[in-house]
Amino acid sequence: MVEKQLIVSKIKEGIVIDHIPAGKALKVLKILGIEGKEGYRVAMVMNVESRKLGRKDIVKIEGKLLSRKELDLISLIAPTATVNIIKNYEVVQKYKVMLPDKIKGAIKCPNPNCITNRPREIAQPEFILRKKEPVELECAYCGTVIKGEEVEKYLKP
Amino acid sequence: MTGFLGFPKGDVISILQYERKELEHLFSVADEMDKHLRSRSRLDLLRGYIVALAFLEPSTRTMYSFQSATYRLGGKTLVFSSKEATSLAKGENYADTIRMLDLYSDLIVIRSRHEGTAKYAAEIAENPVINAGDGRHEHPTQAMIDLYTMYRLFGAVDGLVIGVLGDLKYARTITSLLYGLTRFKPKKVYLISPGLLRLRKEVYDKIIELGLPVEETTSLQEVLPELDVLYVTRIQKERYPDPLEYEKVKSLYRITPEVLGNAKKELRILHPLPKIDEIDPAVDETPYAAYFKQARWGVPLRMALLSLVLGVYEEV
Repeated sequence: MVEKQLIVSKIKEGIVIDHIPAGKALKVLKILGIEGKEGYRVAMVMNVESRKLGRKDIVKIEGKLLSRKELDLISLIAPTATVNIIKNYEVVQKYKVMLPDKIKGAIKCPNPNCITNRPREIAQPEFILRKKEPVELECAYCGTVIKGEEVEKYLKP
Repeated sequence: MTGFLGFPKGDVISILQYERKELEHLFSVADEMDKHLRSRSRLDLLRGYIVALAFLEPSTRTMYSFQSATYRLGGKTLVFSSKEATSLAKGENYADTIRMLDLYSDLIVIRSRHEGTAKYAAEIAENPVINAGDGRHEHPTQAMIDLYTMYRLFGAVDGLVIGVLGDLKYARTITSLLYGLTRFKPKKVYLISPGLLRLRKEVYDKIIELGLPVEETTSLQEVLPELDVLYVTRIQKERYPDPLEYEKVKSLYRITPEVLGNAKKELRILHPLPKIDEIDPAVDETPYAAYFKQARWGVPLRMALLSLVLGVYEEV
């Protein structure tokens, strides 16, 4: 029971990202730029039982809201994730993340010869969703394909 | 920009923008242009137009072919024949160069060693942009010529058994040709290359997804007797760190009259040119060699493309 208390302990304001595929919670935190020094109160559980997924991860962050871009990035790593928005200890909104058709300006193309990696050019990297299961993205400029689960390697600062 | 069937936006970035009927329409306009060329009748479709040829990476064939096509249609060209010729050498970015060319011309034909430059140029320029090769990515107008050559030689692309040979990994002409072939129904496409130069996964996955009947092989001899078309590209030395390995591979895939001993009589060899030593010059004299025809047909094809893109083509 103590363990269960730990997992479901409530936060006052913030978000709970649930149904993250097991083992991906750290990647989700990385996408959100959370390393610890930002001061957010964060709870993370990994590899807990889930009826839907077998095993899952959960991330709770107090005092944070998600931008469109962050939601898009989470969906690439954790397409099954659900986001709960918490206000005054209550879930006021709950939704599933949705894979975007394209994502602009968030991921750097891994191809060093791509025009989007040229210094002094104004080309914003853009990726098109090419496959949903497993997630694959294609650079709209040079055609380079990356896997959804590796996007955290290519985050644009 | 008013255009015609699938060329309304003007920009030509990837061959995958086009459906079969649009490519076939392009071929029929190219046929008509070729008739004019052969009868030496004057065409003035591009009179008053300026085409900017921005070749930020060295090229002769493609550039001259676009230039010739423009002249044949009565247009004029602005030529930036290499990086040094523009302020790019002084550190100006592509964006400003493109803006400037856009102001001085009606259409930009662009080649660059960076993947994605043509799409980028199209986003910046108000006038149409044609991709004349962007890094290892695509070379759509060469693929149009390759397909047009097959259509001229065999009357159709459907039903052909095609072998593409050489550097399948980095040759942009190969990528665009394979994408273009997905718009038709060839009987079989053999991807012939040494292991190191196999097609990139992203390109392979896409052509499979689009239903192209392909098979990978390292042996030309095994599939040669079946082929109607053999499309040859150069295997570049810099791909092989070991010079001995390079010599071995090079000789394995070199086309000579002897190698062609067990080919069909109807086999035709295509090559985007320039060729160095991947094809023995003795092959040039055989009926198999179709690469000079292919280069010649590049002009009417590009005439057709320029006039469709600029929306000046009117059916006679």
